[in-house]
Amino acid sequence: MQALTSKAKQVSRKPMSFTERMYLPAIFKGMMITFSHIFKKKPTINYPEKQRPFSPVFRGMQILNRDEEGRENCTACGLCAVACPAEAITMEAAERQPGEENLYREEKYAAKYEINMLRCIFCGLCEEACPKDAIYLSETFAPADYQRKQFVYAKNELLIPHPKENPEAYKKALGNRSNKSTVN
Amino acid sequence: MLLAIDLGLVIEKLILIVVVISASLVIAMYTTFAERKVAAILQDRRGPNRAGPFGLLQPLADGLKLFFKEEIIPNFSNKFLFILGPALAMLTAMMTSAIIPWGNKLELFGREISLQITDVNVGVLYVFGVVSLGVYGIMIGSWASNNKFSLMGGLRAASQIISYELAMGISMIALLMVTGTLSLKEMVVQQQAGYWNIVKQPLGFLIFLICAFAECNRTPFDLPEAENELIGGYHTEYSSMKLGFFLFAEYINMFVSSVIMATLFFGGYDIPFFNEATLSPNIAAILGIVALMAKVVFFIFLFMWVRWTIPRFRYDQLMHLGWRILIPLALFNMLATGASILYFQ
Amino acid sequence: MNLTTLVFILLSVMAIGSAIMMISSKSPVHSVLWLIVVFFAISGHYILLNAQFLAIVNIIVYAGAIMVLFLFVVMLMNLNAETEPVKNYRLQLVGVITGGALLLVLVSAVMKIDVEQLVEMKVGDQGLIKVLGMNLFKNYVVPFEISSVLFLSAMIGAVVIGKKDETANH
Repeated sequence: MQALTSKAKQVSRKPMSFTERMYLPAIFKGMMITFSHIFKKKPTINYPEKQRPFSPVFRGMQILNRDEEGRENCTACGLCAVACPAEAITMEAAERQPGEENLYREEKYAAKYEINMLRCIFCGLCEEACPKDAIYLSETFAPADYQRKQFVYAKNELLIPHPKENPEAYKKALGNRSNKSTVN
Repeated sequence: MLLAIDLGLVIEKLILIVVVISASLVIAMYTTFAERKVAAILQDRRGPNRAGPFGLLQPLADGLKLFFKEEIIPNFSNKFLFILGPALAMLTAMMTSAIIPWGNKLELFGREISLQITDVNVGVLYVFGVVSLGVYGIMIGSWASNNKFSLMGGLRAASQIISYELAMGISMIALLMVTGTLSLKEMVVQQQAGYWNIVKQPLGFLIFLICAFAECNRTPFDLPEAENELIGGYHTEYSSMKLGFFLFAEYINMFVSSVIMATLFFGGYDIPFFNEATLSPNIAAILGIVALMAKVVFFIFLFMWVRWTIPRFRYDQLMHLGWRILIPLALFNMLATGASILYFQ
Repeated sequence: MNLTTLVFILLSVMAIGSAIMMISSKSPVHSVLWLIVVFFAISGHYILLNAQFLAIVNIIVYAGAIMVLFLFVVMLMNLNAETEPVKNYRLQLVGVITGGALLLVLVSAVMKIDVEQLVEMKVGDQGLIKVLGMNLFKNYVVPFEISSVLFLSAMIGAVVIGKKDETANH
């Protein structure tokens, strides 16, 4: 019969020679192989001390953005929730009252904004859908927890730190995105 | 005449016993650490490195964890025998260290202290006696667990240890024919003067080494506790420090059999290519202990190295190797040794 | 009373006590374990008689090998106190008579012993390996060889019984 590929190999069924049946040379060879692994470079990284850099396209946990004066960007338009294929985002809109101009950038804002991190697939479509540059995917990921309800992140957990009150944390949370967001 | 004993001797031996037992416990503890570390290094991993510098406190953490684990005794087990099992395993593992010459004499406080707890004149046979008793801990524990996997593990251990004891004994007879003594101390003295016994008995050493692996239940002969066939073998039902005792006994056995191999075949506390008589006796004794420990460390590494190289035997292969290869080989070795002794006389 | 006598009494009590326990315990596994204790006590007696070789061989062969096999078989067949059959009355009677006869023989043999020739503890070198070897291979070489032939034939017999019937496969 014609073989389908040229990769087929005839199995050798010839009886083992005496040295092969002694197994000792083979065992010695195997032990040398394992011994050589002592000197191999270890690919493991000591995690908490040393962290592997994220790739520039890494998509982590969502973060709600503020502008330079610390006002929330989100206007609760709902485009992110519509774009979300996993239906992880829910929100409730509210009207900005007079005197709250330093809190919210536009007249409408999200009174409630929740993302269920168990549903989220970190596709980044919310980020693309957002017309106000209000949501983006950061370089952190949702930590482990004991209860399911802990994975529904409320707005105060998602908001970026205030750039005026806490500039260092703001910079840290912004991460590499600060360079990227200018492109948009 | 009830207590006509030299009190100094009693204290001396007592201290020696305490030192030997605590040293073997500490070494066994660090062997568990070394096992994990060596396994990691041979597999391109890093191994435990969190507890203390380089993970050196890991064995303490493991021990503490075992102590604080919940103690479970199965309802339908035989409680007394269930507790007796690990205790016996530990006891027999420790007993062998009584006759091992750890070094030459020390001179302290005007006394000559022999670094051997006792030099019984049936030396090697004592080792055999203790080794052959070692299986009771496993068997009793496994039977008392009232669990079929445990029982299978215990039965495997019994048949394996009995099978390999024979080849081990016969290879030892050949060694005894060469040395002409049963005392481990005298064997070391002979090897210090002449060649190491490995030169005279290479085949005997090979057989002894393989049998030692089998007697210690180490891979490739770890069928009694084969995780993926028998869950945990004889210690399936054990938890907390009783499990710890079983695991610990295995490491002590490994340590003791390394010492025995070093003593019987590799000159014990003899430093190669060096005449100890040129040094003062105390320094020579301490260097001797260091030399013995270096040999022991090599053998323990060998145990681990083999574990991560050779996969486990199938049960029929194990029995085939024991009965149809090692025993005839050991008999042949004995005959050849006898013939050559007669020829060279 | 010196230390040796004390140890002797202790070992004797241990041997006899565990022998009685061995006969009277219902579970076969317990019987085997008590028998191991008996062997240890007897090894202790050997050591008292300065027969270290016999003591250690007794432990290696009886406690270490034969009793392991006994235990192995008992465990493998899962013999429990419940599975122990109640023996028939006549069988028990026969057992008592045979046991009694053996006891009678032993007692009469012990009675005939000359009290002057008591075994001396801790002295004598008959049990030491060198003396024993000389005795076995010089004075008793023929009985020794005969017993070794006996063992060899037993071994061959076991191999023949254990060997698979090759013709049955065809």
